[in-house]
Amino acid sequence: MHYLPFHHRYQHLASPKYFYIWSGRLLPWLASITAILMIVGLYWGLVVAPADYQQGDSYRIIFIHVPSAWMSLFIYVVMASAGAIALIWRVKVAEVIGSASAPLGASFTLLALITGSLWGKPMWGTWWVWDARLTSELILLFLYLGYMALQSAIEDPRQAARAAAILALVGVVDLPIIHYSVEWWNTLHQGPTVTKFDAPSIHWSMLIPLLIMATAFTTYYITLLLLRTRSELLERERNNGWVKQVLSSS
Amino acid sequence: MTSLALPMNASTLSHACWWLTKRDLLLVLRHRSDAANPLLFFLMVASIFPLGIGPESGVLRQIAPGIIWIAALLATLLSLEAMFRSDFDDGSLEQLILSPHPLPILVLAKIFAHWLATGLPLILLAPLLGLIFGISGWPLVILLITLLVGTPALSLVGAVGVALTVGLRRGGLLLTLLLLPLYVPILIFSAGAVETAAQGLPADGQLYLLGALLVLAATLAPIATSAALCIRMS
Repeated sequence: MHYLPFHHRYQHLASPKYFYIWSGRLLPWLASITAILMIVGLYWGLVVAPADYQQGDSYRIIFIHVPSAWMSLFIYVVMASAGAIALIWRVKVAEVIGSASAPLGASFTLLALITGSLWGKPMWGTWWVWDARLTSELILLFLYLGYMALQSAIEDPRQAARAAAILALVGVVDLPIIHYSVEWWNTLHQGPTVTKFDAPSIHWSMLIPLLIMATAFTTYYITLLLLRTRSELLERERNNGWVKQVLSSS
Repeated sequence: MTSLALPMNASTLSHACWWLTKRDLLLVLRHRSDAANPLLFFLMVASIFPLGIGPESGVLRQIAPGIIWIAALLATLLSLEAMFRSDFDDGSLEQLILSPHPLPILVLAKIFAHWLATGLPLILLAPLLGLIFGISGWPLVILLITLLVGTPALSLVGAVGVALTVGLRRGGLLLTLLLLPLYVPILIFSAGAVETAAQGLPADGQLYLLGALLVLAATLAPIATSAALCIRMS
């Protein structure tokens, strides 16, 4: 097979029309996989998995907390990558994927923060500590909010998407720096809270439901992302022929 | 105002940069209050902290590095908006983009002018604040070094934010939202370095990291700024 540049190989997906049709076929599958994984993961995690020898049952919030924390970072990377694609190849679908991801990423970040503080109350005796991970997660939430604020401030949707893409790229360069700066800032004052969070290793009976939940969260995000992207595409392309064609045939 | 128009002999890149820096500084000199306001703001914010926290000198000395750095950060934010505002309004920003020279280098010259006009005076005022909060000797030297390395980084990262929000209504508030999270590492390493020095410990590590941040910002920020300007002007 000879080499084809990116925008040729995935040209179908980059076209709003084909993306709409293709994602429509994918959606029912994704939604069912999400539902199955979610039920299995929650049942396994909340009922089957043993209680923690130290934390009792309150550790079970891990099955929501850790996957949402993972998603908060993953979605930011998706947003920045979509931004890069939008800036370099001017792919309209990538622009929409970036803007559709931001509220989802912000929600997962908020969920991680809330579940974290719910977990922190019984474990550490306080809702909030200026722990390295908590602080950098909070700053990540601010980055998401800034991205959304910039996007809503610029009226032209294409210009808004490209400006927000630059912000996402700057933010993704800054994320590891923020993480380490906060970690070192913190260890100057109070070391042990960080290591408290890093459980030495997790038993497989807890790890498997955790991984299932993480996969469920990922497919849940992709499902919502496709839904949001599709409706946004319809709105942006409402004056194009394919929208009428697709809507009348369905 | 012939001296502010693009000279016909700005043919080489270095001459264009020199001209741009000189022009921006000249503009600042002609609107002195614009340049003075952020400095006044810097002094006022810092001196209002003792009123909110209490006059206990031990507590104040302990949190002084953080206060001075937060005041410097907010003052920079306040001054940033002017970086491209008037150029955007009178059309010289378009001329800048259309010029044959590479935009990131020209942007770098403008950022340098901004730092000369706001960052440098801030550093000159810092010993005064040190006096107010009882910082002297070696920690004061470290404070000045962190300001010397940190404020250019603030201007560089800030330029990206200003370029993204240029020409927007209520751009100032939005700018704050965009930039404060990005300023976190600069704040942490700078205030941390002064604090470590105040405890009598070596602060080299944090100063090196601050230097690394400056180099990174100087390399990437002009590129991101010019890309953002091109998007906003399209």
